[in-house]
Amino acid sequence: MGADIWVYIEHAEAAPKKVSLELLSCARSLSTELGGNIVAFVPGSKIDQVIAAVGSRGADIIYAAEHPLLDTYTTDGYAAVLADAVRAESPAIVLVGSTAQGRDLAPRVAARLGAGIVTDCATLAWRDGKVLATRPMYTRKAIGTVRVTGGGPCIAVVLPAMYPLPDADSPRRPEVRRRPVHLDGKAIRTSVREVKSVHRETIPLIEANVIISGGRGMKGPENFAILDDLARALGAAVGSSRPPVDSGWVPHDYEIGQTGKTVSPQVYLACGISGAPQHLAGMSGSKYIVAINKDPNAPMFQVADLGVVGDLFEIIPKLAEAVRKAKSQH
Amino acid sequence: MNIIVCVKQVPDTEAPIRITPDGSGIDETGVTLVMNYYDEHATEAGLRLREQFGGTVTLVSVGPERAKEALRTGLAMGADDAVLVSDPALNGADHLGVARVLAAVIKTLPHDAVICGKLSTDDNATTVGAALAEYLGLPQATAVAHLEVDAAGTGAVVHREVEGGVEVLAVPFPALLTVERSLNEPRYPSLPGIMKAKRKEIKTLTLENLGLAAAEVGAAAARTALVRLSPPPARKAGRMVEGDTEQAVAAILAFLVDEAKVL
Repeated sequence: MGADIWVYIEHAEAAPKKVSLELLSCARSLSTELGGNIVAFVPGSKIDQVIAAVGSRGADIIYAAEHPLLDTYTTDGYAAVLADAVRAESPAIVLVGSTAQGRDLAPRVAARLGAGIVTDCATLAWRDGKVLATRPMYTRKAIGTVRVTGGGPCIAVVLPAMYPLPDADSPRRPEVRRRPVHLDGKAIRTSVREVKSVHRETIPLIEANVIISGGRGMKGPENFAILDDLARALGAAVGSSRPPVDSGWVPHDYEIGQTGKTVSPQVYLACGISGAPQHLAGMSGSKYIVAINKDPNAPMFQVADLGVVGDLFEIIPKLAEAVRKAKSQH
Repeated sequence: MNIIVCVKQVPDTEAPIRITPDGSGIDETGVTLVMNYYDEHATEAGLRLREQFGGTVTLVSVGPERAKEALRTGLAMGADDAVLVSDPALNGADHLGVARVLAAVIKTLPHDAVICGKLSTDDNATTVGAALAEYLGLPQATAVAHLEVDAAGTGAVVHREVEGGVEVLAVPFPALLTVERSLNEPRYPSLPGIMKAKRKEIKTLTLENLGLAAAEVGAAAARTALVRLSPPPARKAGRMVEGDTEQAVAAILAFLVDEAKVL
């Protein structure tokens, strides 16, 4: 087994996903213990712009696996390419972002290779020749420390926002190696009919540094507009607890919590969210929590760094105004 | 249509958990164990396919003897049969080991669709479904939020939630699907269903019955091991602000600028 650390670069619209770039930082921290090169693995078709964007972020080598059949992500196509490359090059570890694509791909490839797989990692370390990961378990009621044992490569699926974005001006100029890709169209059994992009004026939850989230206290779908407005002012994303989803006020993909997404932004602003354990399961890993609630006894205040007892319908619009004013003075 | 649904028994997510003093796992004393709720959605998806196409829904689980209770939940919902693989040699098996065992069972059963929950709420691994698809050599569609099987039952068009959108994916059967909570609303077991499920014999298999060796799928083959379980870092309640709107806005703004440094 080699000592190289691979980062699987997921990309869309000619740009690498934020989490994939974060994993280059994770790889850098592992490499101090492990040695070896940091290799960015970029599969796809027409990926020159992606390669250019990855190039300045600290990878030592970029493996480009280019093929027309890799134009859109399919499990069969991408699993074949990644598994073949890992088999041929035998890295110590492959880092994959915990996204819809990463969670679809990584277990399939691990099963094919007999590679140890650990998912939803919050931290990764290299101790005594083994990978040690921490990850939330039991709907975040516990943190598990997991060791990867045995020989051969392992795959770690890492949560977004756990590692910083690497600087875009690394002096390293990675060597780009183009890997030959052999793919048979017949081997790709599924076909992507379309990807309907859900139009949002605000950024996606897992890419957000700041998340503004509404709960039952929002009282109705129309009131989410004030959260949207604050989100635009802050460059934030908008999410929700489960009740607004169950009431049909917001789409299912807004939901943060045990039955929805797990997020860990720099700031989580909880508006009218009581703070049930099911919701805390999805957001208690946030760096800072700010809670606004009318009820001074809301459990959310027990975990908030800043708790504001008050009327969110008055506070939020004024806060948006104040944020815009503060930004204009910079 | 022959439908297989994979089921796991897990602690009820509504209840708190107690970590054992040595951190080796959770103390199961007094813990209510239930069917993983994503698997309820998987079972519901299977039952709806049976209603549409006829056929059978067979539940398969890997776990200790008590996991039969989770299978009975699925039988009470309306599944036809249930199989449990229970073997002490599976203590310490990892997700790939469990997927191999499930594959060995499912290979002995006719299957047009194999349906799993998207994840299990105990170890949150999201691993067994796709690994099982690999061992069965089936195409997969994970985290399915909408499922439409064509009239002939030869394949499906599914919606998968991806970041920033919805992927519409065509997948031919036989296939493995893992399902999201938003796919359906699981039915409650009916009283006759519950009575029937109580009487139903659940087939129990050992590794030997499946022709598997502990060295292939048990702890010795595991590539991951839980070192310890710890409570999550406690969050302390911070500062509280009670005042008028202006004071509240000023406090939040100062927090965003000075402490969180996002402005």
